[in-house]
Amino acid sequence: MSDHEDTATDADDASDDQPPMEAARYPDGTILYPPHPLGPDGEEPVETIDLSVHTATIVTWTSSTATPPGVREPNHLAIVEFHVDGEAVRAIGQLTTDEVEIGDTVEPVYADELRDPEAGIREPDSQSWDGYRFQPVE
Amino acid sequence: MDRVAIVGASMTQFGQRDGWIRELLAEAGQDCLADADIDGDDLEHLYVSNMASGEFEGQTGIANAVAHDLGALPAYTARIDQTSSSGGAGVYSAWQSVASGASDLTLLIGGEKMTHRTTAEATDVIASLTHPVEYKHGVTLPSFAGLTARRYLHKYDAPRESLGKVAVKNHKNGVDNPHAQFQKEVDLETVMESPIVADPLRLYDFCPITDGSAALLLCPESVASEYTNEYAVISGIGGATDTHVVHERDDPTVMGGVVDSGAIAYEQADLGPDDIDVAELHDMFTILEFLQSEGLGFFEQGEGWKAVENGVTDRDGELPINTSGGLKSKGHPLGASGVAQVYEIYQQLTGNAGPRQVDAETGLACNVGGFGNCVITTIMEAGQ
Repeated sequence: MSDHEDTATDADDASDDQPPMEAARYPDGTILYPPHPLGPDGEEPVETIDLSVHTATIVTWTSSTATPPGVREPNHLAIVEFHVDGEAVRAIGQLTTDEVEIGDTVEPVYADELRDPEAGIREPDSQSWDGYRFQPVE
Repeated sequence: MDRVAIVGASMTQFGQRDGWIRELLAEAGQDCLADADIDGDDLEHLYVSNMASGEFEGQTGIANAVAHDLGALPAYTARIDQTSSSGGAGVYSAWQSVASGASDLTLLIGGEKMTHRTTAEATDVIASLTHPVEYKHGVTLPSFAGLTARRYLHKYDAPRESLGKVAVKNHKNGVDNPHAQFQKEVDLETVMESPIVADPLRLYDFCPITDGSAALLLCPESVASEYTNEYAVISGIGGATDTHVVHERDDPTVMGGVVDSGAIAYEQADLGPDDIDVAELHDMFTILEFLQSEGLGFFEQGEGWKAVENGVTDRDGELPINTSGGLKSKGHPLGASGVAQVYEIYQQLTGNAGPRQVDAETGLACNVGGFGNCVITTIMEAGQ
């Protein structure tokens, strides 16, 4: 889609197999992460957006110590908010540290395996296991 | 229209039980049939609320299994799964079956067998309800609670201790519930010094992992007196669904499914929040009691914590919440919890709650699935 070239350009210092953090834009302007087949107005997405090239703000965070099989312990997590072309879109993901506060700015950093796909109840082949952690921007 | 009456109810001991899912379900079912003095073959419909017997135990087909075990053949039967709100969804299905005229006598049994699994395994079974973008980051239901609690305390300038006071209150109520997993008071210091589970929430902000079951018997109100002199009616019931992906909600401190299911139930019952005398809320995590008490209109948005601080929700307060001890002390056998909430309201409305009894003509139960993903709100009134 239209942002694909931007992704390749912006991520040129990353390895070739680093995928985008893919969100979808819908006809009414809404951006959703993750993409859904239909948006809030019932229409299909018109383009994909790579959130990994944007910074975000921490809406809230936690540090979880009771983690399931195959998940790091403690597991620092945050809900963050991106602003892309004036449109807000939120995402959830692991934090690289618990030295954060609500309102801090973070950037996505790629991790090729966020948890051990073989350890949990979900079928390993049913989904991807790589993705983006959020790292504070100094 | 003939209203739907609840004419029998039962609940097993909640906690760590020796029995497996079939035995737990049969135990509550048998007790409920005995409570109304009927036989299994009197039943026309039999619903079984359960989230994950296949995943926990490798036993599927449990609706058929329990129908056979209770001698309920050839009653129509089905398993109802709506994750943590399977019990409430079962109440909804049972109510529908009678309200529609499809059944004149319906038994609902909710149950779960969980404690044979480690905490990590049970957490993973429950977390399997999450979206792949959540699951791959190791997001769990307790971590959603930590994320929401931090936002709530930040946004409304609420003290951390107010969450602890929910645990203290509900444990105090649970002391008088012989079926509760924990019949033991805890003080605020114990809660506040317990280990961190999902910062800022600590061990005592969370319900335990539990085995148990509960059951209800439903029929048209016009024939309720054939079974009992004391009954309750379901005067309003609403189910609503929120986003699967939790972070997509506009305000993390509002559960849309609670607001929407409550609005449907209030409208159907022609009642409002001020008419409710007693409520059972889904305190799987202490923060959820605030979110539900606000979403259901008992208190203004961001003010629920003050009600707990001021004793409004104590058993002798203006609006007692979780007289049963809540999921917090009673335990949370997933598929049983929504049924057990209605069991408590039924006991309150029929005057059979013993030392937990409060003065109540109208009660409400709110059962939350996922992290507010699916919600069922049920309003009940004492039968005439």
